[in-house]
Amino acid sequence: MRSLLYLAVGVFFGIVMVKSEAASWFRIYEMFKFQSFHMYGIIGTAVVFGLLFTQLIKRTGVKSFFGETINIKDKEKSVKRYIIGGSLFGLGWALAGACPGPMYVLIGAGYLPVGVVIFSALIGTYVYGLLKDKLPH
Amino acid sequence: MELILEPWPWYVSGTCIALILLVLTLLGKKFGMSSNLRTACAAMGAGKKVKFFDFNWQADKWNLLVVLGAIIGGYIGHNFLSSSKGVDLNPETVEELNNLGFTDAGKYYMPRELFDYDVFFDFKKMALLIIGGFLVGFGTRYAGGCTSGHAISGLSNLQLPSLIAVIGFFLGGLTMINFIFPLIF
Repeated sequence: MRSLLYLAVGVFFGIVMVKSEAASWFRIYEMFKFQSFHMYGIIGTAVVFGLLFTQLIKRTGVKSFFGETINIKDKEKSVKRYIIGGSLFGLGWALAGACPGPMYVLIGAGYLPVGVVIFSALIGTYVYGLLKDKLPH
Repeated sequence: MELILEPWPWYVSGTCIALILLVLTLLGKKFGMSSNLRTACAAMGAGKKVKFFDFNWQADKWNLLVVLGAIIGGYIGHNFLSSSKGVDLNPETVEELNNLGFTDAGKYYMPRELFDYDVFFDFKKMALLIIGGFLVGFGTRYAGGCTSGHAISGLSNLQLPSLIAVIGFFLGGLTMINFIFPLIF
């Protein structure tokens, strides 16, 4: 039952990514060129409502659907890892035109070369795991 | 139905994304689409060699289910819920992309120059996809999140680290498109 719920959330996410065009390589280029409000509108609206939902959940202390306490963790404090890691991700995001969510959506949509992107993203994740202790955080 | 088949406006799309964040939070999980890469590495046995992947990935199986759903959703959205395959870009963007050699900019959902099947036989394009993917995988774990985890979930929770990460995303993205694209395309 729980599995089906997660699957359903994923299906909805996939449809939203396709229909919003947030999974289109072209929209990412246009965004980084500041030539359209589209992507900023999507992220901005998501953050406005996301902020509202998150604050409501935190302040009311509502329990999860399964009766557990909801614990929204704070991100670990640092500057280096976010600037360096974020910039590396940004380089890849602009080049491949897809962040981790849309990658899967695009495979489903039939763009098989994106499989190469996913495979090397797995390798990238693995290499990060290998080097983690040697990198500045 | 007509409204669903057309591209969705930004305010509808953004609201839907916030609803996904709401549902996942209420399910006791979090909205972040890059952690599944770590879960997948762990599920494939990376934990035997590297400590970073040595955790109870079974508890994170839910994010692999979300991925499976996203693949199915991509299939449904693209094949059954889209009346046009083009993207209505700014004409200025189209012209720039044409000049870079992307001749069909906006006429399709993705540029054929990078995502058509013949790229499998093109060394340079394969290399670009591999490098792009590697940076996405390496960078998201280094930064501890991607667009969903930082730009949406993190900013929604007023996290300064997420704002720093988003600034990083733009530093990287702007560098790629303004300085590296003219060299590689």
